[in-house]
Formats: sequence, structure tokens, C-alpha cells
Amino acid sequence: MTTEFSKKLPEIMTRRSAESLLSRSGQAMTIIGVSLLALILGYSLWTLPPFSDRMVTLVSDNMAISGVENPVTAVLLNFRGYDTLLEIGVLLLAVVAVFSIAPSPALLATSPPSPMATLLLRLLLPFVVLVGGYILWVGSYAPGGAFQAGAVLAAGGILFTTVTARWHPLANKAIPFAMGAGLLIFVLVALATMMVTGNFLQYPETRAGMLILLIEAAATMSIAVILTLLFVGGEPGEISPAQGENKHTVSFNKENRSE
Amino acid sequence: MDNFANYGAFTLDAILALVLLTLAWLLLRSRDLFKAIVLFISFGLLMSLAWVRLKAIDIALAEAAIGAGLTGALFLSALGRIRQYSRKDRRQQKTSRPFRNRD
Repeated sequence: MTTEFSKKLPEIMTRRSAESLLSRSGQAMTIIGVSLLALILGYSLWTLPPFSDRMVTLVSDNMAISGVENPVTAVLLNFRGYDTLLEIGVLLLAVVAVFSIAPSPALLATSPPSPMATLLLRLLLPFVVLVGGYILWVGSYAPGGAFQAGAVLAAGGILFTTVTARWHPLANKAIPFAMGAGLLIFVLVALATMMVTGNFLQYPETRAGMLILLIEAAATMSIAVILTLLFVGGEPGEISPAQGENKHTVSFNKENRSE
Repeated sequence: MDNFANYGAFTLDAILALVLLTLAWLLLRSRDLFKAIVLFISFGLLMSLAWVRLKAIDIALAEAAIGAGLTGALFLSALGRIRQYSRKDRRQQKTSRPFRNRD
């Protein structure tokens, strides 16, 4: 089904006008549907309570037992830790879905990387790692945290895979572990807290800060690797071809097999 | 003096909102996909400024890194994939129409 769609995709993308994509009745239905959705959204926005500070006081009253000083981190990792746990699971599922698609064209480049890009990578990568680590650390008392730090590191990872086109991240055996480590450590901590305090993800008050940092550090690594792999694509175990082999041939052979 | 600062902030917010809406309209209407992606990236950067103005620094950070950076890179990669397919398509069947975007 995926191949069928990808065969049709260029045809869809090259159509001259939007009219040919949808019939007249389809357009009318789209307009009605979108207007209805806009009405519902507008109505729910209109009927929202003007400003509810019940939540704000609830969070600020409990900041002392959260283990961190930044209210956003306290909500994400402590008060609503369950949501964050599931979010990391969703990211992991997304990257597994991407694995079912062919490798990214970024890795199919046959020309050697430009010296400018290599220089940029050399200059930027240390700062990317530094900024990523800083954002992770600063998350406990100021805006920042695992997701932002992971995104910054992933930007560096994407730059790295784009410039060094011959290197495939999945060639490294540690990468699948790094992908799952965030979720694994989160679940392990959650189970451990359940044994100690009796409730899933209820940290003991004295250890909350340390546990949150542990979870965030693992999550940062996983988010960075997952976001990079979302860009790179490809299946695990599918290693880039040997030196001197043309990547275009490899990619097309694979497509022909699946047809 | 305070009043003046207030007017300045209001003008900044108004311009930001207007530019965001204009960018959104332009990028949705754009036929050239490459242009649409560039507009999307600039939309993401301005959106992160808007989040800063709303005092949501966390979301501003995430928006700048993911909304502008990673999503833009993903879109460019997808565009490259589409072009690769359309080139292959053209080789196979001569009847296919020329791809509108620059190759």
C-alpha cells in the first residue's frame, strides 16, 4: 500500500491546480467541515473560564515537594509524569513506523560533502553538545528540559548525518539501545517508585530532584537519537553500502524488489 | 513613559500577529513547495518570538528547535524524496508532466 501511494505521490504533487485534487462536492464538504470545526473551536474558546488560577496555586503550593524549582519541569516530570512517559513511548512508536519506509535521500548523496559544510560541522558540533547539556541541566530551575535539549542535540545529529553522508547511524549497535533507554529508564524509575511509595511515579520527596534529572538525562539521549532517526529513516540493520558502491543503485534495486 | 512602552509592546505584538497570519496564508497558497517550506521555517521562527511575547519560554525553545528546525529539515527531505520519485517516473513514462518546482 505504501508503494502504491508513493507511486501516486509525484502525480498528485505535479497537478497544476488544487481543483483537480478534489471534486466540486468534495470541496464543498471540506469547506463545511472546516467551518464547523472552526465554529466548535471558537465556541469552546469563548466559553473557557477567563483565567483560572486554581491550577497555578495548586502547582505553586506543591513546588516544595516537586524536587525542582521550575514549575514547567515540575508539572511535566512530577505532577503529570505519566503524560510525559506516554509521550516518549509515542515518539518511539513514530520512529519504528518511519523504519518501514526507505532511507532518506540525505543519505543517498554520492558527491563528497562540501568543505564548507565539514568546517561548519566541526565548529558547531561542540557547541551543540554544550548547549544541549546546558539546557538539560538548567531545566530544573529555569525554562529548558529534556525535550528542548534533545531537539538541540538532534539538530546537531541531523547536521552530522547530512554532512557525513556515508555514515549511517544504524550501523552503530548502540543506537537501538539509545533509542529505547529513555522509555526504559522512565519505566524502571516508575516501577521502583511504586515499590517504595506505593504509587506509580510518585517520587520519594528527598530523592525527587535526582530521579527527575536521571529520567531527563535518559530522555534527552533518546529524544535526540529518535528525532535524528526520524530524519534519516531506513530500517534497523540496513547498513549503508560498501565504499565505492553507488547509493542510487542500492536504493532503486530495493524499490524494484518491493514492486 | 510607561504608556509609551505599552504602545510599543502593543505595536510589536500587532505586527507579529499580522506577519504570522500573512506568512501562514502565503505558505498555504504557495504552489512552489520549496518556497512553501522556506516560508514555513520563517513562520516557525516568528512563532517562537510570539511564544516569547506570551511569556512561554519553554514552548518558544521547543518551537524554534522543532517547529522551525527539525520540521523544516524533514519537509526538505520529503521534498527531495518526491523529486527523486518524479525523476524516476519521468524516465519510465515519457508522458508524465514536467515537475513544477525547480529541479
